[in-house]
Amino acid sequence: MNVLAFLIPVSLILGGIGLACFVWTIRTGQYGDPEGDAARILMDETPPDERD
Amino acid sequence: MTTACPACNTAPAALRVAELAEPNMALSVPGVSCAACIGAIERGLADVDGVDSARVNLTQKRVSLRTSLSVDDIVGHLAELGYKAFPLDAGIIGQENDPAGRDLALRLGVAGFAMMNVMLLSVAVWSGAADATRDMFHLISAAIAVPVVAFSAQPFFRSAWSALRVRRLNMDVPISLAILLATLMSLYESLNGGRHAYFDAGLSLTFFLLIGRYLDHRTRASARSAARELAALETQTAERLDGQGRALTVPIAELAIGDLILVPTGVRTPVDGRLESKDALTDRSFLTGESDPVRLTGGDTLSAGEINLGAPLRMRATTVGEDTTLRRMARLVEGAENARNRYTSLADRAARIYAPAVHLLALVAFLAWVLISGDVRFALNVAIAVLIITCPCALGLAVPAVSTAAIGKLYELGFLVKSGTALERLAEVDGVVFDKTGTVTLPGVSHLSEGLNAEQQGIALALAQSSTHPVSRAVQAALPDAIPADVRDVREVTGQGIEGRFDGQDVFLGRTDHGLTLRFGTDEVALGQIEALRPGATEAVTALSAMHLTPTLLTGDAPERAASIAETLGISDVSARVSPEDKHALIEQRATNGQRMAMVGDGLNDTAALAAAHASIAPSSAMDASRNAADIVLLRDGLDDLPRLFQIARNATRLSQQNFTIATAYNLVAVPIALLGYATPLIAALAMSVSSITVLLNALRVRAVR
Repeated sequence: MNVLAFLIPVSLILGGIGLACFVWTIRTGQYGDPEGDAARILMDETPPDERD
Repeated sequence: MTTACPACNTAPAALRVAELAEPNMALSVPGVSCAACIGAIERGLADVDGVDSARVNLTQKRVSLRTSLSVDDIVGHLAELGYKAFPLDAGIIGQENDPAGRDLALRLGVAGFAMMNVMLLSVAVWSGAADATRDMFHLISAAIAVPVVAFSAQPFFRSAWSALRVRRLNMDVPISLAILLATLMSLYESLNGGRHAYFDAGLSLTFFLLIGRYLDHRTRASARSAARELAALETQTAERLDGQGRALTVPIAELAIGDLILVPTGVRTPVDGRLESKDALTDRSFLTGESDPVRLTGGDTLSAGEINLGAPLRMRATTVGEDTTLRRMARLVEGAENARNRYTSLADRAARIYAPAVHLLALVAFLAWVLISGDVRFALNVAIAVLIITCPCALGLAVPAVSTAAIGKLYELGFLVKSGTALERLAEVDGVVFDKTGTVTLPGVSHLSEGLNAEQQGIALALAQSSTHPVSRAVQAALPDAIPADVRDVREVTGQGIEGRFDGQDVFLGRTDHGLTLRFGTDEVALGQIEALRPGATEAVTALSAMHLTPTLLTGDAPERAASIAETLGISDVSARVSPEDKHALIEQRATNGQRMAMVGDGLNDTAALAAAHASIAPSSAMDASRNAADIVLLRDGLDDLPRLFQIARNATRLSQQNFTIATAYNLVAVPIALLGYATPLIAALAMSVSSITVLLNALRVRAVR
């Protein structure tokens, strides 16, 4: 049963990391344009704001 | 952090959103459809001096920019890139972030996280953990559940409290009570080494109902933003002439009485006024329903919203702002609209029965068990189990799920649903009233090429393409294969047509006593009515009749035209020369006879009828006021899909009712178990999850309609 002392905190921490990621995605507005994000991965040229 | 979150690695594009400077301009670009378009626009605009940043939103088909240039410059640059753009109202910018939606999503995510962790601990308890282990698991669950419920369930608590404050019951009262009691009672049980804790039930209730709340919010928010976008597309500017006769573009709001205004061909008059030009020809069909243009001479009165069909005209403003005919008529309908807002939706009607029934049931269970066993703690446990098991998922989740799926499907088909109860009301109608001008017909010419030989077609095309008049455009569109003839000295005769010389003879295309005519020397060919059926109108009427929806045609136009259009469409119930008041009265009178009518109309003369009808539909070409009065806006030109609108509405309502039945069936099995005191947290979790998932899956069937 001692294994529980590790497993429960581990499961809570992993879940917490996932939750933190989710909060971050919401805060940075990453659900504003789902179709655009799906299309953008097909663009192979460098985005305009990163060109020299 | 990124190692634990695979999605984070694939979102570098989204990352840059946060780094972009705050945009100060937004344009609607309907033509954006693929990755290549995004690249072309963003790169193209980045190369323009004065543009700091540009970002395309493919979902909303918009471009947001940070720029020091004017809107017209940007529209010009986009046109060079090959994209037609419409400036959007400044009010739209900044509302894209949707703080309310983010807030709900955050609460939903937190509830989901907590629910899964607590469920994991609960599984151990269900599978036989006892004594110290069980108590420890219960306490860990409590440590997760109590703060999460306090955070995530706030939308329900707030709504319940605002209802209770005015001494009313809404759906959120039993929901809040179930969540609160389950959490508090479980906390007490955990601290005292009790056997049953309902933390998982309280959390999954919160989670499932938040999904429903979030879906509901998304549907409303997207319909609202699309409706706002439509309004923003309207021209809000006018050409004011200064003392030297120079035209200056100004917002309509800045026009004052006495201003001289230039109205270009094909543009609506911005305010009421007097005609200053010698003569003019305007389309007043939105006010009267008459499809024939009205000929005016200098000094005649013009109402705001008339379309100038002739040469550019000058007018002097006599009434501006809220006093114009257009605004007055728009205000008239507001009263009628309020009547429809009182319609109670299926979910509200069910909630009215449900909320008191659940409270009563739980109370009866509590009192009965206190009397039978004398054990208050056990009696309270039974009452809470009843509250949890009767989880109102069918109301809180199933109805939003069905309408979200249905509205999403309708949006794909080109219908913008503006009102939450529109689908239910559409499903109930037993007749459809059509307006004629602008709704089942469009300005246009049908079967033009049949009556003309190749040479005549060439002449007609050559004349038509030298003018921007709507009828000329329609003639051009009706002659896609013709080759323009070599017509010289082409000249537009205001309000009549276009004349020119071909092969030594005078040729003329325009309006005569026989409708649209092509004159060729002394020969005349009548081209028929200058009105074409909207594509798909005939098919739509046939299909609607087959669905037992009786079609009716109402029009302010002349009886002969109404009859000929009705005959083509196969409508036997026709009324012509109907005033706006009569249209409204007819709808009201049928309503008193128990006939629920859906109204399809576009003009201002239809607005009162649209507002009075049980459900209403307006094409996107309709006047602002009509679109506001309508429940559903038709975004496409054709009427082909109109029957499917009714089919999907009927289907959605049937699925909602089915979901109520499913939920009731679960309750019929589970509630007696709870009442007898046999409910365990496992049974409660099973009943709730299975019923929620069943109704969700059932809701998705709405997308299967062909």
